[in-house]
Amino acid sequence: MENKEPLFSAKIKKTFLEPLNINNPITIQILGICSALAVTVKFKPALVMAISVVVVTGFSNLIIALLRNTIPMRIRIIVQLTVIATLVIIVDQILKAFVYDVSKQLSVFVGLIITNCIVMGRLEAFAMANKPWPSFVDGIANGLGYGIILIIVAFFREILGNGTILNEKIIPDFLYNAGYLNNGLVILPPMALIFIGIIIWVQRGVLIKKK
Amino acid sequence: MNVQSNKYIYTYSIILISIVAVVLTLVSVALKPFQEENRRIEKMLSILYSINVQTKKETVANDYKRYIVNSFVVDSKGEIVKNKVAFEINVEEENKKPFNKRMLPVYVAEVNNEKKYIIALYGKGLWGPIWGFLSLNNDFNTVYGCYFDHKGETPGLGAEIATFEFQKQFKNKKLFDEQKNFVGIKTVKGGADKNNPHEVDAISGGTITSDCLTKMLFDGIKNYIGFLKKGNNYGK
Repeated sequence: MENKEPLFSAKIKKTFLEPLNINNPITIQILGICSALAVTVKFKPALVMAISVVVVTGFSNLIIALLRNTIPMRIRIIVQLTVIATLVIIVDQILKAFVYDVSKQLSVFVGLIITNCIVMGRLEAFAMANKPWPSFVDGIANGLGYGIILIIVAFFREILGNGTILNEKIIPDFLYNAGYLNNGLVILPPMALIFIGIIIWVQRGVLIKKK
Repeated sequence: MNVQSNKYIYTYSIILISIVAVVLTLVSVALKPFQEENRRIEKMLSILYSINVQTKKETVANDYKRYIVNSFVVDSKGEIVKNKVAFEINVEEENKKPFNKRMLPVYVAEVNNEKKYIIALYGKGLWGPIWGFLSLNNDFNTVYGCYFDHKGETPGLGAEIATFEFQKQFKNKKLFDEQKNFVGIKTVKGGADKNNPHEVDAISGGTITSDCLTKMLFDGIKNYIGFLKKGNNYGK
Protein backbone atom coordinates (compact mmCIF):
# COMPACT_ATOMS: atom_id res chain seq x y z
CA MET A 1 0.00 0.00 0.00
CA GLU A 2 1.10 3.53 -0.65
CA ASN A 3 1.34 5.91 2.27
CA LYS A 4 -2.23 6.92 3.02
CA GLU A 5 -3.16 10.56 3.17
CA PRO A 6 -6.14 11.70 5.23
CA LEU A 7 -9.14 12.71 3.09
CA PHE A 8 -8.89 16.35 4.09
CA SER A 9 -5.17 16.88 4.62
CA ALA A 10 -3.54 20.30 4.62
CA LYS A 11 -2.46 19.70 1.04
CA ILE A 12 -6.01 18.97 -0.09
CA LYS A 13 -7.19 22.10 1.70
CA LYS A 14 -4.59 24.12 -0.17
CA THR A 15 -5.64 22.50 -3.45
CA PHE A 16 -9.20 23.50 -2.69
CA LEU A 17 -8.65 27.06 -1.44
CA GLU A 18 -6.03 28.35 -3.87
CA PRO A 19 -8.23 28.47 -6.99
CA LEU A 20 -10.88 30.35 -5.03
CA ASN A 21 -8.59 33.25 -4.28
CA ILE A 22 -4.84 33.49 -4.83
CA ASN A 23 -4.87 31.33 -7.95
CA ASN A 24 -8.34 32.14 -9.27
CA PRO A 25 -8.69 31.00 -12.89
CA ILE A 26 -10.44 34.19 -14.03
CA THR A 27 -8.92 36.98 -11.99
CA ILE A 28 -5.36 35.68 -11.58
CA GLN A 29 -4.83 33.34 -14.53
CA ILE A 30 -7.18 35.38 -16.80
CA LEU A 31 -8.73 32.23 -18.29
CA GLY A 32 -12.34 31.68 -19.36
CA ILE A 33 -13.05 35.39 -19.83
CA CYS A 34 -15.14 34.90 -22.97
CA SER A 35 -17.99 33.01 -21.33
CA ALA A 36 -17.72 35.22 -18.24
CA LEU A 37 -18.71 38.14 -20.46
CA ALA A 38 -21.48 36.34 -22.27
CA VAL A 39 -23.50 34.61 -19.58
CA THR A 40 -23.42 37.16 -16.77
CA VAL A 41 -26.28 39.40 -17.88
CA LYS A 42 -28.59 37.69 -15.42
CA PHE A 43 -28.06 35.86 -12.17
CA LYS A 44 -29.82 32.58 -12.91
CA PRO A 45 -28.01 31.66 -16.16
CA ALA A 46 -24.72 32.60 -14.49
CA LEU A 47 -25.53 30.29 -11.58
CA VAL A 48 -26.46 27.40 -13.88
CA MET A 49 -23.34 28.02 -15.97
CA ALA A 50 -21.21 28.02 -12.82
CA ILE A 51 -22.68 24.71 -11.66
CA SER A 52 -22.19 23.22 -15.15
CA VAL A 53 -18.53 24.22 -15.18
CA VAL A 54 -18.00 22.84 -11.66
CA VAL A 55 -19.45 19.50 -12.76
CA VAL A 56 -17.36 19.41 -15.93
CA THR A 57 -14.05 20.43 -14.32
CA GLY A 58 -14.61 18.13 -11.34
CA PHE A 59 -15.50 15.00 -13.25
CA SER A 60 -13.13 15.51 -16.17
CA ASN A 61 -10.29 15.87 -13.65
CA LEU A 62 -11.48 12.74 -11.84
CA ILE A 63 -11.80 10.65 -15.01
CA ILE A 64 -8.46 11.77 -16.45
CA ALA A 65 -6.73 11.16 -13.11
CA LEU A 66 -8.15 7.62 -13.07
CA LEU A 67 -6.98 7.03 -16.63
CA ARG A 68 -3.71 8.96 -16.33
CA ASN A 69 -1.38 5.95 -16.37
CA THR A 70 -3.10 4.32 -19.34
CA ILE A 71 -3.25 7.37 -21.62
CA PRO A 72 -0.66 7.26 -24.43
CA MET A 73 1.30 10.55 -24.41
CA ARG A 74 0.91 11.10 -28.15
CA ILE A 75 -2.90 11.26 -28.04
CA ARG A 76 -3.38 12.63 -24.54
CA ILE A 77 -4.90 15.94 -25.72
CA ILE A 78 -7.41 14.05 -27.87
CA VAL A 79 -8.33 11.80 -24.96
CA GLN A 80 -8.74 14.81 -22.69
CA LEU A 81 -10.94 16.59 -25.21
CA THR A 82 -13.06 13.49 -25.73
CA VAL A 83 -13.71 13.24 -22.01
CA ILE A 84 -14.48 16.96 -21.70
CA ALA A 85 -16.74 17.00 -24.75
CA THR A 86 -18.66 13.97 -23.52
CA LEU A 87 -19.27 15.53 -20.12
CA VAL A 88 -20.29 18.85 -21.64
CA ILE A 89 -22.78 17.20 -23.99
CA ILE A 90 -24.28 15.27 -21.08
CA VAL A 91 -24.60 18.48 -19.05
CA ASP A 92 -26.14 20.27 -22.03
CA GLN A 93 -28.68 17.47 -22.55
CA ILE A 94 -29.61 17.50 -18.87
CA LEU A 95 -30.11 21.27 -18.91
CA LYS A 96 -32.29 20.98 -22.02
CA ALA A 97 -34.40 18.37 -20.29
CA PHE A 98 -34.82 19.94 -16.87
CA VAL A 99 -34.10 23.70 -16.99
CA TYR A 100 -35.17 24.44 -20.55
CA ASP A 101 -35.59 28.20 -20.18
CA VAL A 102 -32.10 28.67 -18.75
CA SER A 103 -30.56 26.36 -21.34
CA LYS A 104 -32.13 28.53 -24.02
CA GLN A 105 -30.52 31.65 -22.54
CA LEU A 106 -27.14 29.98 -22.26
CA SER A 107 -27.50 28.67 -25.84
CA VAL A 108 -24.08 27.94 -27.31
CA PHE A 109 -22.14 28.80 -24.19
CA VAL A 110 -22.74 25.45 -22.52
CA GLY A 111 -21.25 23.78 -25.59
CA LEU A 112 -18.37 26.21 -25.45
CA ILE A 113 -17.33 24.91 -22.02
CA ILE A 114 -15.44 22.36 -24.14
CA THR A 115 -13.12 25.10 -25.31
CA ASN A 116 -12.86 26.76 -21.90
CA CYS A 117 -9.15 26.94 -21.18
CA ILE A 118 -9.72 26.30 -17.48
CA VAL A 119 -10.94 22.73 -18.04
CA MET A 120 -8.12 21.54 -20.23
CA GLY A 121 -5.61 23.62 -18.33
CA ARG A 122 -6.42 21.73 -15.13
CA LEU A 123 -6.27 18.36 -16.88
CA GLU A 124 -2.83 19.05 -18.28
CA ALA A 125 -1.47 20.79 -15.21
CA PHE A 126 -2.98 18.69 -12.45
CA ALA A 127 -5.02 15.59 -13.30
CA MET A 128 -2.34 14.03 -15.54
CA ALA A 129 0.09 13.96 -12.60
CA ASN A 130 -2.07 13.49 -9.50
CA LYS A 131 -4.26 10.88 -7.86
CA PRO A 132 -8.03 10.90 -8.44
CA TRP A 133 -9.13 12.44 -5.12
CA PRO A 134 -6.83 15.50 -5.16
CA SER A 135 -7.63 15.91 -8.87
CA PHE A 136 -11.35 15.86 -8.20
CA VAL A 137 -10.93 18.49 -5.47
CA ASP A 138 -8.76 20.59 -7.78
CA GLY A 139 -11.37 20.41 -10.54
CA ILE A 140 -14.27 21.33 -8.26
CA ALA A 141 -12.26 24.19 -6.74
CA ASN A 142 -11.28 25.64 -10.10
CA GLY A 143 -14.88 25.39 -11.27
CA LEU A 144 -15.96 27.18 -8.10
CA GLY A 145 -13.28 29.83 -8.54
CA TYR A 146 -14.68 30.49 -12.00
CA GLY A 147 -18.26 30.32 -10.77
CA ILE A 148 -17.79 32.80 -7.92
CA ILE A 149 -16.55 35.49 -10.29
CA LEU A 150 -19.41 34.75 -12.69
CA ILE A 151 -21.95 35.08 -9.90
CA ILE A 152 -20.46 38.31 -8.54
CA VAL A 153 -20.45 39.91 -11.99
CA ALA A 154 -23.97 38.65 -12.77
CA PHE A 155 -25.26 39.97 -9.45
CA PHE A 156 -24.17 43.52 -10.25
CA ARG A 157 -25.17 43.34 -13.89
CA GLU A 158 -28.69 42.13 -13.16
CA ILE A 159 -29.34 44.56 -10.33
CA LEU A 160 -27.95 47.59 -12.22
CA GLY A 161 -29.20 46.56 -15.65
CA ASN A 162 -32.65 45.25 -14.78
CA GLY A 163 -33.24 46.23 -11.17
CA THR A 164 -33.90 42.58 -10.33
CA ILE A 165 -32.27 39.51 -8.80
CA LEU A 166 -33.52 36.12 -10.02
CA ASN A 167 -36.24 38.15 -11.79
CA GLU A 168 -37.52 39.47 -8.44
CA LYS A 169 -37.71 43.24 -8.26
CA ILE A 170 -35.10 44.63 -5.87
CA ILE A 171 -34.89 48.32 -6.68
CA PRO A 172 -37.98 49.89 -5.04
CA ASP A 173 -40.54 51.82 -7.08
CA PHE A 174 -39.96 55.14 -5.33
CA LEU A 175 -36.44 55.26 -6.73
CA TYR A 176 -37.82 54.86 -10.25
CA ASN A 177 -40.39 57.56 -9.51
CA ALA A 178 -37.56 59.81 -8.35
CA GLY A 179 -35.95 59.44 -11.76
CA TYR A 180 -33.72 56.37 -11.33
CA LEU A 181 -33.21 54.41 -14.54
CA ASN A 182 -31.88 50.92 -15.23
CA ASN A 183 -28.47 51.19 -16.85
CA GLY A 184 -28.66 49.70 -20.35
CA LEU A 185 -24.89 49.78 -20.74
CA VAL A 186 -24.43 47.25 -17.95
CA ILE A 187 -26.26 44.64 -20.02
CA LEU A 188 -23.75 44.92 -22.87
CA PRO A 189 -20.57 42.78 -22.84
CA PRO A 190 -18.05 45.64 -22.37
CA MET A 191 -19.41 46.34 -18.89
CA ALA A 192 -18.79 42.73 -17.87
CA LEU A 193 -15.15 43.24 -18.72
CA ILE A 194 -15.08 46.43 -16.66
CA PHE A 195 -16.66 44.59 -13.71
CA ILE A 196 -14.08 41.81 -13.98
CA GLY A 197 -11.41 44.50 -14.15
CA ILE A 198 -12.69 46.05 -10.94
CA ILE A 199 -12.73 42.64 -9.20
CA ILE A 200 -9.15 41.98 -10.33
CA TRP A 201 -8.10 45.43 -9.11
CA VAL A 202 -9.69 45.00 -5.67
CA GLN A 203 -8.48 41.41 -5.27
CA ARG A 204 -4.88 42.18 -6.21
CA GLY A 205 -4.91 45.28 -4.03
CA VAL A 206 -5.92 43.16 -1.04
CA LEU A 207 -3.44 40.39 -1.90
CA ILE A 208 -0.51 42.78 -2.23
CA LYS A 209 -1.34 44.36 1.14
CA LYS A 210 -1.36 40.93 2.76
CA LYS A 211 2.11 40.21 1.47
CA MET B 1 2.55 -3.39 -21.97
CA ASN B 2 4.01 -0.63 -24.12
CA VAL B 3 1.68 2.30 -23.59
CA GLN B 4 3.32 4.27 -26.41
CA SER B 5 3.07 1.68 -29.20
CA ASN B 6 0.87 2.30 -32.24
CA LYS B 7 -1.12 -0.84 -31.59
CA TYR B 8 -1.93 0.28 -28.08
CA ILE B 9 -2.90 3.78 -29.24
CA TYR B 10 -5.33 2.43 -31.85
CA THR B 11 -6.89 -0.06 -29.43
CA TYR B 12 -7.13 2.62 -26.74
CA SER B 13 -8.84 5.09 -29.10
CA ILE B 14 -11.34 2.55 -30.34
CA ILE B 15 -12.31 1.43 -26.85
CA LEU B 16 -12.57 5.01 -25.58
CA ILE B 17 -14.72 6.15 -28.49
CA SER B 18 -17.01 3.12 -28.19
CA ILE B 19 -17.60 3.79 -24.50
CA VAL B 20 -18.27 7.47 -25.17
CA ALA B 21 -20.67 6.63 -28.00
CA VAL B 22 -22.66 4.23 -25.82
CA VAL B 23 -22.83 6.70 -22.92
CA LEU B 24 -23.97 9.57 -25.15
CA THR B 25 -26.58 7.44 -26.88
CA LEU B 26 -28.00 6.30 -23.55
CA VAL B 27 -28.17 9.86 -22.23
CA SER B 28 -29.78 11.13 -25.40
CA VAL B 29 -32.42 8.38 -25.51
CA ALA B 30 -33.18 8.69 -21.80
CA LEU B 31 -33.64 12.48 -21.88
CA LYS B 32 -35.41 12.83 -25.21
CA PRO B 33 -38.98 12.58 -23.85
CA PHE B 34 -38.29 15.38 -21.35
CA GLN B 35 -36.78 17.61 -24.02
CA GLU B 36 -39.66 17.02 -26.44
CA GLU B 37 -42.11 17.85 -23.67
CA ASN B 38 -40.26 21.12 -22.97
CA ARG B 39 -40.51 22.09 -26.62
CA ARG B 40 -44.24 21.30 -26.69
CA ILE B 41 -44.80 23.36 -23.54
CA GLU B 42 -42.86 26.27 -24.98
CA LYS B 43 -44.87 26.19 -28.19
CA MET B 44 -48.16 26.10 -26.28
CA LEU B 45 -47.02 29.01 -24.10
CA SER B 46 -46.10 31.03 -27.20
CA ILE B 47 -49.41 30.35 -28.92
CA LEU B 48 -51.36 31.35 -25.82
CA TYR B 49 -49.19 34.44 -25.39
CA SER B 50 -50.22 35.59 -28.86
CA ILE B 51 -53.86 35.74 -27.72
CA ASN B 52 -52.75 37.68 -24.62
CA VAL B 53 -53.09 34.71 -22.28
CA GLN B 54 -50.04 34.48 -20.07
CA THR B 55 -49.81 31.27 -18.17
CA LYS B 56 -47.28 29.03 -16.46
CA LYS B 57 -45.57 25.79 -17.39
CA GLU B 58 -47.70 23.86 -14.91
CA THR B 59 -51.05 25.13 -16.17
CA VAL B 60 -50.32 25.50 -19.86
CA ALA B 61 -51.79 22.16 -20.98
CA ASN B 62 -55.18 22.95 -19.41
CA ASP B 63 -55.23 26.52 -20.64
CA TYR B 64 -54.29 25.39 -24.11
CA LYS B 65 -57.23 22.97 -24.14
CA ARG B 66 -59.54 25.68 -22.89
CA TYR B 67 -58.62 28.45 -25.34
CA ILE B 68 -57.52 26.66 -28.50
CA VAL B 69 -60.74 25.18 -29.85
CA ASN B 70 -59.50 24.04 -33.23
CA SER B 71 -56.43 23.87 -35.42
CA PHE B 72 -55.86 22.93 -39.02
CA VAL B 73 -53.36 23.19 -41.85
CA VAL B 74 -53.91 25.25 -44.99
CA ASP B 75 -51.98 25.57 -48.26
CA SER B 76 -51.02 28.83 -49.96
CA LYS B 77 -54.41 29.00 -51.68
CA GLY B 78 -56.17 28.80 -48.35
CA GLU B 79 -57.55 25.29 -48.89
CA ILE B 80 -57.56 23.07 -45.82
CA VAL B 81 -55.06 20.21 -46.09
CA LYS B 82 -56.43 17.01 -44.61
CA ASN B 83 -54.52 14.54 -42.44
CA LYS B 84 -52.03 17.09 -41.13
CA VAL B 85 -51.69 18.20 -37.52
CA ALA B 86 -51.05 21.93 -37.18
CA PHE B 87 -49.08 21.55 -33.96
CA GLU B 88 -46.55 19.26 -35.59
CA ILE B 89 -45.81 21.51 -38.59
CA ASN B 90 -42.25 22.87 -38.55
CA VAL B 91 -42.60 26.41 -39.89
CA GLU B 92 -38.86 26.74 -40.47
CA GLU B 93 -38.85 23.71 -42.80
CA GLU B 94 -42.01 24.85 -44.59
CA ASN B 95 -40.45 28.24 -45.38
CA LYS B 96 -37.66 26.49 -47.29
CA LYS B 97 -40.18 24.90 -49.68
CA PRO B 98 -41.49 26.65 -52.80
CA PHE B 99 -44.30 29.08 -52.03
CA ASN B 100 -47.22 26.98 -53.25
CA LYS B 101 -46.06 23.78 -51.54
CA ARG B 102 -45.94 25.21 -48.03
CA MET B 103 -48.11 23.73 -45.30
CA LEU B 104 -49.33 26.49 -42.98
CA PRO B 105 -50.63 25.84 -39.48
CA VAL B 106 -53.66 27.80 -38.24
CA TYR B 107 -54.87 27.69 -34.63
CA VAL B 108 -58.35 28.84 -33.74
CA ALA B 109 -58.82 30.27 -30.29
CA GLU B 110 -61.96 31.37 -28.55
CA VAL B 111 -61.63 34.39 -26.27
CA ASN B 112 -64.78 35.94 -24.76
CA ASN B 113 -66.89 34.00 -27.26
CA GLU B 114 -65.03 35.50 -30.19
CA LYS B 115 -62.92 33.48 -32.56
CA LYS B 116 -59.28 34.46 -32.98
CA TYR B 117 -57.11 33.00 -35.73
CA ILE B 118 -53.44 32.43 -34.96
CA ILE B 119 -50.83 32.15 -37.69
CA ALA B 120 -47.19 31.14 -37.34
CA LEU B 121 -44.22 33.21 -38.54
CA TYR B 122 -40.54 32.43 -39.00
CA GLY B 123 -37.66 34.50 -40.35
CA LYS B 124 -34.08 35.63 -40.07
CA GLY B 125 -32.92 38.09 -37.41
CA LEU B 126 -29.56 39.82 -37.12
CA TRP B 127 -27.68 36.96 -35.41
CA GLY B 128 -30.01 34.04 -35.77
CA PRO B 129 -33.60 33.02 -36.41
CA ILE B 130 -36.61 34.95 -35.12
CA TRP B 131 -40.13 33.57 -34.98
CA GLY B 132 -43.53 34.30 -33.63
CA PHE B 133 -47.28 33.92 -33.68
CA LEU B 134 -49.81 36.54 -34.74
CA SER B 135 -53.45 36.34 -33.71
CA LEU B 136 -56.17 38.00 -35.76
CA ASN B 137 -59.77 38.92 -35.04
CA ASN B 138 -62.45 37.14 -37.03
CA ASP B 139 -62.34 39.85 -39.70
CA PHE B 140 -59.00 38.23 -40.71
CA ASN B 141 -57.50 41.70 -40.81
CA THR B 142 -57.18 43.27 -37.35
CA VAL B 143 -54.36 42.07 -35.11
CA TYR B 144 -55.51 40.85 -31.72
CA GLY B 145 -52.11 39.98 -30.24
CA CYS B 146 -48.69 38.67 -31.08
CA TYR B 147 -45.69 36.83 -29.78
CA PHE B 148 -42.12 37.20 -31.03
CA ASP B 149 -39.02 35.42 -29.90
CA HIS B 150 -35.45 35.09 -31.08
CA LYS B 151 -32.45 32.85 -30.76
CA GLY B 152 -29.72 35.39 -30.06
CA GLU B 153 -30.54 39.00 -30.84
CA THR B 154 -28.53 41.64 -28.97
CA PRO B 155 -29.74 41.94 -25.36
CA GLY B 156 -31.26 45.32 -24.62
CA LEU B 157 -31.45 46.18 -28.32
CA GLY B 158 -32.78 43.72 -30.91
CA ALA B 159 -33.83 41.32 -28.17
CA GLU B 160 -36.50 43.85 -27.16
CA ILE B 161 -38.78 42.35 -29.85
CA ALA B 162 -39.54 39.67 -27.27
CA THR B 163 -40.87 42.17 -24.72
CA PHE B 164 -44.48 43.06 -24.02
CA GLU B 165 -43.68 46.78 -24.39
CA PHE B 166 -42.82 46.22 -28.05
CA GLN B 167 -45.47 43.62 -28.80
CA LYS B 168 -48.42 45.55 -27.36
CA GLN B 169 -48.05 48.08 -30.18
CA PHE B 170 -49.37 45.53 -32.64
CA LYS B 171 -52.85 45.31 -31.16
CA ASN B 172 -55.55 46.68 -33.51
CA LYS B 173 -53.10 47.18 -36.37
CA LYS B 174 -54.41 46.07 -39.76
CA LEU B 175 -52.98 43.80 -42.44
CA PHE B 176 -55.09 45.04 -45.38
CA ASP B 177 -55.95 48.55 -46.49
CA GLU B 178 -59.51 49.69 -47.19
CA GLN B 179 -59.35 48.44 -50.78
CA LYS B 180 -58.51 44.98 -49.37
CA ASN B 181 -54.93 45.15 -50.66
CA PHE B 182 -52.28 43.49 -48.53
CA VAL B 183 -50.06 46.08 -46.83
CA GLY B 184 -48.84 44.33 -43.69
CA ILE B 185 -47.27 45.97 -40.67
CA LYS B 186 -43.96 47.81 -40.77
CA THR B 187 -41.59 48.79 -37.99
CA VAL B 188 -40.69 52.44 -38.53
CA LYS B 189 -37.43 53.96 -37.39
CA GLY B 190 -37.77 57.28 -35.62
CA GLY B 191 -41.35 56.71 -34.53
CA ALA B 192 -44.45 55.46 -36.31
CA ASP B 193 -47.49 57.55 -37.17
CA LYS B 194 -49.91 56.65 -34.38
CA ASN B 195 -52.90 56.87 -36.72
CA ASN B 196 -51.38 54.64 -39.39
CA PRO B 197 -52.81 51.13 -38.92
CA HIS B 198 -49.83 49.57 -40.72
CA GLU B 199 -46.95 50.99 -38.67
CA VAL B 200 -45.36 50.38 -35.27
CA ASP B 201 -42.28 51.96 -33.66
CA ALA B 202 -39.02 50.21 -34.43
CA ILE B 203 -36.56 49.56 -31.62
CA SER B 204 -33.95 52.26 -31.23
CA GLY B 205 -30.54 50.64 -31.47
CA GLY B 206 -32.14 47.52 -32.91
CA THR B 207 -32.70 48.71 -36.45
CA ILE B 208 -31.50 45.58 -38.22
CA THR B 209 -33.58 43.28 -36.01
CA SER B 210 -36.57 45.59 -36.53
CA ASP B 211 -36.11 45.44 -40.30
CA CYS B 212 -35.80 41.65 -40.11
CA LEU B 213 -39.04 41.55 -38.14
CA THR B 214 -40.76 43.67 -40.78
CA LYS B 215 -39.56 41.23 -43.42
CA MET B 216 -40.69 38.22 -41.37
CA LEU B 217 -44.13 39.77 -40.89
CA PHE B 218 -44.46 40.59 -44.58
CA ASP B 219 -43.26 37.22 -45.88
CA GLY B 220 -44.99 35.26 -43.14
CA ILE B 221 -48.37 36.90 -43.61
CA LYS B 222 -48.00 36.66 -47.39
CA ASN B 223 -47.91 32.85 -46.97
CA TYR B 224 -51.37 33.04 -45.47
CA ILE B 225 -52.91 35.53 -47.90
CA GLY B 226 -54.95 32.82 -49.63
CA PHE B 227 -56.39 31.77 -46.30
CA LEU B 228 -56.95 35.32 -45.04
CA LYS B 229 -58.71 36.42 -48.25
CA LYS B 230 -61.00 33.41 -48.04
CA GLY B 231 -61.69 34.21 -44.44
CA ASN B 232 -62.45 37.78 -45.48
CA ASN B 233 -65.11 36.55 -47.88
CA TYR B 234 -66.65 34.24 -45.32
CA GLY B 235 -66.82 37.18 -42.97
CA LYS B 236 -69.03 39.20 -45.33
